[in-house]
Amino acid sequence: MSKPLLEVRNLKKYFDVTGGILSRKVGEVKAVDDVSFSVYEGEVLGIVGESGCGKSTTGKTLLRLTEPTEGEVIFDGKDITKLTDEEMRKMRRDMQIIFQDPYASLNPRHKIEKILGEPLLVHGIGDKEERRKKVKEILEIVGLPGDHASRYPHQFSGGQRQRIGIARALIVNPRLIVCDEPVSALDVSIQSQILNLMEDLQEKFKLTYLFIAHDLSVVKHISHRIGVMYLGRMVELTSNEELYDNPLHPYTKSLLSAVPNPDPDVKQERIILQGDVPSPSNPPSGCAFHTRCPDCMDICKTVRPEFQEISDSHFVACHLYEVNENN
Amino acid sequence: METVTSTNKEPMPGPENQEPDITKNESVSPWKEAYWQLRKNKLAIVGIVIITFFILVAIIAPLLTPYAFNTINAGPRLTGPSADHWFGTDDLGRDTFTRIVYGARISLMVGFFAVTGALVFGTLLGIVAGFFGKWVDMLISRIFDIMLAFPSILLAIAIVAILGPSLQNALIAIAIINIPIFGRLVRSKVISIRQEEYILAAKAQGMKNGRILFHHVLPNSVAPIIVQATLSFGTAILEAAALGFLGLGAQAPTPEWGKMLSDSRQYIQSAPWTVLFPGVSIMLVVLGFNMIGDGLRDALDPKMKN
Repeated sequence: MSKPLLEVRNLKKYFDVTGGILSRKVGEVKAVDDVSFSVYEGEVLGIVGESGCGKSTTGKTLLRLTEPTEGEVIFDGKDITKLTDEEMRKMRRDMQIIFQDPYASLNPRHKIEKILGEPLLVHGIGDKEERRKKVKEILEIVGLPGDHASRYPHQFSGGQRQRIGIARALIVNPRLIVCDEPVSALDVSIQSQILNLMEDLQEKFKLTYLFIAHDLSVVKHISHRIGVMYLGRMVELTSNEELYDNPLHPYTKSLLSAVPNPDPDVKQERIILQGDVPSPSNPPSGCAFHTRCPDCMDICKTVRPEFQEISDSHFVACHLYEVNENN
Repeated sequence: METVTSTNKEPMPGPENQEPDITKNESVSPWKEAYWQLRKNKLAIVGIVIITFFILVAIIAPLLTPYAFNTINAGPRLTGPSADHWFGTDDLGRDTFTRIVYGARISLMVGFFAVTGALVFGTLLGIVAGFFGKWVDMLISRIFDIMLAFPSILLAIAIVAILGPSLQNALIAIAIINIPIFGRLVRSKVISIRQEEYILAAKAQGMKNGRILFHHVLPNSVAPIIVQATLSFGTAILEAAALGFLGLGAQAPTPEWGKMLSDSRQYIQSAPWTVLFPGVSIMLVVLGFNMIGDGLRDALDPKMKN
């Protein structure tokens, strides 16, 4: 692949937990804890993980919608965590986001033409007439009639609203789009339409997606490479085929075994994890997964495994493979 | 392909739930929808009729009555309602109907200016507190808390006592005691709207804070402010009447309803009409505003409906 468009290095986002009458800091939630990955120009990197594992926070933090606690986000050669607010504001033209909930992400008091025209306006693109024309064009690109621009969000269905959300991200010609679970709030029948649309747009406009989802089949459908997150950490990252054919991390294995198979005759071996996800405010020592890992060893309880390349662009953070390597 | 529907909710059958036909490409603004909702609310319509009636009466007051509200007449003192004096006369022989009609002007004016003042200052302080947070919010919110800790009428009395009793000062006092009500409302609304995803989206689009605040946060906070303003209109009139009754508001011979009540209270047994009609007027106006306010709340904030 080509050069990385986005490089995330040791990204951390800790949320302070305050308590008591003076709102003193009593702890912190490690929502994103030392995550590193790269996204290459023109690829779709999927990020999966269960609820609360920090995938959405990762997406929002690397866009500086929440300020990162630590780490670097290098976009197109520039570390955007060091930009001033005004520089960052201009940078946002190249980095857009599609939100999960199409009912919450559109301002209910604005017409579609305002929702779509405003990004152009704030980045000083075109005059009034050109913007109007562009809004119409983009609506047709995402599969809505151009004359719907004078309507309000509540006059659209969920799938249509998500198309508007996509159009809003697309209208400034960004290079990277963070897709924060863009289909998980939609009906299954609508999901495939939106996914196909996003796939078409990606090819047509040579876009780069960071595609966050909790649905493995959705991620498999759209991604070139997939990263798996657990409790704020990236546990495995490799190409789409490699992940499904040869998962290494025990968490990935159990996650994949949970994907339902449409054939009822196929006996599936399912790895059922015991217990619940530990609280990110008090993560387990060593490997975050050791409390539920079927292959847990002594070292897992004390030493945090490195996230390293085991084989050709197959990254995993697990002591099982470090041992193998040493042997 | 999902079909293009004109609205995403199906109106229930029945005449009262028939919404006006929406043609395929008409844009239905949230305000338009709220208007349809309001039109269906019978109580709100009654409220609007009452208030419109009083506004009309206030405007055409001189045409309604042959008397002047200040003319003292030694002849017909404390006479009951008759063809000459529809609502009777008071202890100085003034026509009660005339005074009520002119009093409507005063009450509506007090309500309007007190609410406008409270709304402007309360909204500004609320925005500042909600948007900037931290110690600014702390300071403003604590001042609001202190003001709300006093019974509002007591605070008003204190303010009037400092400024001196007059209608204008009563108006200022009422505006001041209503500031924290608007301020807290706007602050909480600003804080909650700031958490909405479309505000995050606006930030992700690259908008500046000022634009986010005035184009996204504020327009979405307007609905509860309008509702509160309508409800406050009623309370402001009531408070003005209370101050008038206590002799701290309008001074004689201004035909202010509260003042009329206090002037006539010693005749309540011998000439009940002198107390009855101003009292009923106050009640009707306040009731009217409350009905409109409730209706507006139902229309503007569908989530609050059950």
